[in-house]
Amino acid sequence: MSELTFTLLRLGYLVLLWVFVLSAVAVLRRDLAGPRTARKRRRRPEPATAGGPPQGQAPAAPAPVMSAGPRSGAPTRLVVVAGPLTGTTIPLTQSGILIGRAPSCTLVLDDDYSSSRHARIYPQGNQWYVEDLGSTNGTYMNDQRIQGIVPMPPGVGVQIGQSVVELQG
Amino acid sequence: MSMLSEKLPQGMQDAIQPEENAPGRAAEAVLLVVALALGFGGLAMVGYSLEDRLPDGFWTEVLVLSALSLTAHIVLRIRAPYADQVILPAVMLLNTMSLAMITRLEMAGMRGADAGRHLMWTSLSIAVACVLLLVLRDHRVLRKYTYTVMVAALVLVILPLIPKLGQEINGAKIWINVAGFSLQPAEFAKILFAVFFAGYLVANRDTLALAGKKVLGLQLPRLRDLGPILVVWAVSLMVLVGQKDLGTSLLFFGLFVGMLYLATERGGWVAIGMSMFVVGAFVAWTIFSHVQARVEIWLNPLDPELIEREFGGSYQIVQGMFGMAFGGMFGAGWGEGYSSRIPFAFSDMIYAAFGEELGLTGLLAILLVYLAIVQRGLRAAIGVRDGFGKLLAGGLAFVMALQLFVVVGGITRVIPLTGLTLPFMAQGGSSLLANWIVIALLLRISDAARRPSALPTRGQLATPPMNSGPSTDGAIEVGPGASTADRAAARQSMPSPSDEVTQMHVPIRNDGGDQA
Repeated sequence: MSELTFTLLRLGYLVLLWVFVLSAVAVLRRDLAGPRTARKRRRRPEPATAGGPPQGQAPAAPAPVMSAGPRSGAPTRLVVVAGPLTGTTIPLTQSGILIGRAPSCTLVLDDDYSSSRHARIYPQGNQWYVEDLGSTNGTYMNDQRIQGIVPMPPGVGVQIGQSVVELQG
Repeated sequence: MSMLSEKLPQGMQDAIQPEENAPGRAAEAVLLVVALALGFGGLAMVGYSLEDRLPDGFWTEVLVLSALSLTAHIVLRIRAPYADQVILPAVMLLNTMSLAMITRLEMAGMRGADAGRHLMWTSLSIAVACVLLLVLRDHRVLRKYTYTVMVAALVLVILPLIPKLGQEINGAKIWINVAGFSLQPAEFAKILFAVFFAGYLVANRDTLALAGKKVLGLQLPRLRDLGPILVVWAVSLMVLVGQKDLGTSLLFFGLFVGMLYLATERGGWVAIGMSMFVVGAFVAWTIFSHVQARVEIWLNPLDPELIEREFGGSYQIVQGMFGMAFGGMFGAGWGEGYSSRIPFAFSDMIYAAFGEELGLTGLLAILLVYLAIVQRGLRAAIGVRDGFGKLLAGGLAFVMALQLFVVVGGITRVIPLTGLTLPFMAQGGSSLLANWIVIALLLRISDAARRPSALPTRGQLATPPMNSGPSTDGAIEVGPGASTADRAAARQSMPSPSDEVTQMHVPIRNDGGDQA
């Protein structure tokens, strides 16, 4: 084998080696960026949230009642519309949904403003209800801190810590 | 289909997201092809540069390794579809490159280099890893055997000291002779210790983390909780004294301290562990001549008297340094260096041989590939939901990183040279087999970590429990057509001996109380 071919092969080998390393790193990077599915999915124009999601501790700003109109029938899912978990969707069943920081909750919030078992959302009859489970910072609906059990119509944002959740059809 | 899909209308099925179907593992396939091309390319270049023809057995090796890679890939697709896609190609690359290097050394007439045997062990190891992936469906099963595993590990450590069975090779008593094969039981003990520590720490970490008082900002544990760490320290000292094996003793102790830190997040343990290690190492240095010799050749390798010394001299390390220096930036090229002059270039010193033939550029690439494997292991530890899996994956990844550091550090004179082997590269059946088992375990845990789950985790969405609530009899049937969410739900409700405890320990971090 000639000297030139060998040198080319030698350097080409190193290049290929680094191609492998860099493509492996590319796969790792994709993984580090985290799941992007949720963010992409959930940006449909929503009357309830069009006013921009509330930031931080501020109580839910949007006027929610009007969006209940277009959706007929029972809600089918609970959607997080503001906060770190924006876009997360949970299908509704008869068993209700527990929200809080404890790992045993259905929706686990990593949020210092939320209590470990913060609130519960559950159906009774044809209606869904939200119950504050004695949380420290409270659960808000329409800017008002709820006391005990309150009916939760679809499309109305309920603020728990930094997150706002709502029922959707 | 099962109840889930009947109950939920179509729109909701895709609400569950994020991944409904098992990923295709295309990235793994592509990377595997590149890895094999690099391995076989190296082999071919070795042949052409040394003898102007393909090396003997080239096509056998190509066939065997391609078939094995394909098998492993298919096994992963079927049995661990969510497992990490980088690990297998990265390991395959290291292993095939080491095959090329050992073939090269054998062709150069080096005594002890045996590519055929290395290929055989590689095949066996990959086969064992595949079988392990097929048999072990859930890593949590291992937790049942925490203490059995501990006994087995101790037995393995002691085996080389038994007179007839143990063999002394090159001054270290770390081999046993079984049916004509020399095995290093410590390599397997490493895995067993990781399993034992994971099982032990997941049950006891709260005591270890929370009891005790604070001194100078360090949370110091109570004296009576020091028992286990003292035992492990004693075992590793025994390895050091009885078997004259610096590296393995460092590895065991480092593994334990590392996992203790992972489990408790208390820097105090690391401080205690390090000081115990320093004390142990200092005492060993004052008492044992072989430790003194290691330190001496580490500090002054180029001393002519040390190079000439018959036994325990620095000839090996100096040859390795010359080799790497000759390799320079881009290396001499496959088969063009003089790596057969480095003693043990096929096992302990293979890193120096690569430095000579591939240069610094190649060495850095190799280190990055190792780094990728370790990172994937730690990533699996972060992602997996049970505490035992977290500790096991974290421990296995850490011990691989530590081993890499000890070996490469020894060859490049960062620390004294010890007799550890470079995972997947050094010739030696035990090391190869043990490390492939580690890889199988990491793949299994990473599959569990990345599988969409029915259990709620921090920052992820979760499906609410179905009407029946968590089943305790484990009689959930998962048909072949069931969606992955069903499978995940069934997996999660599978009764496992550790369930109660793992559920309690889901987040490895202690969040400092639950009240907001």
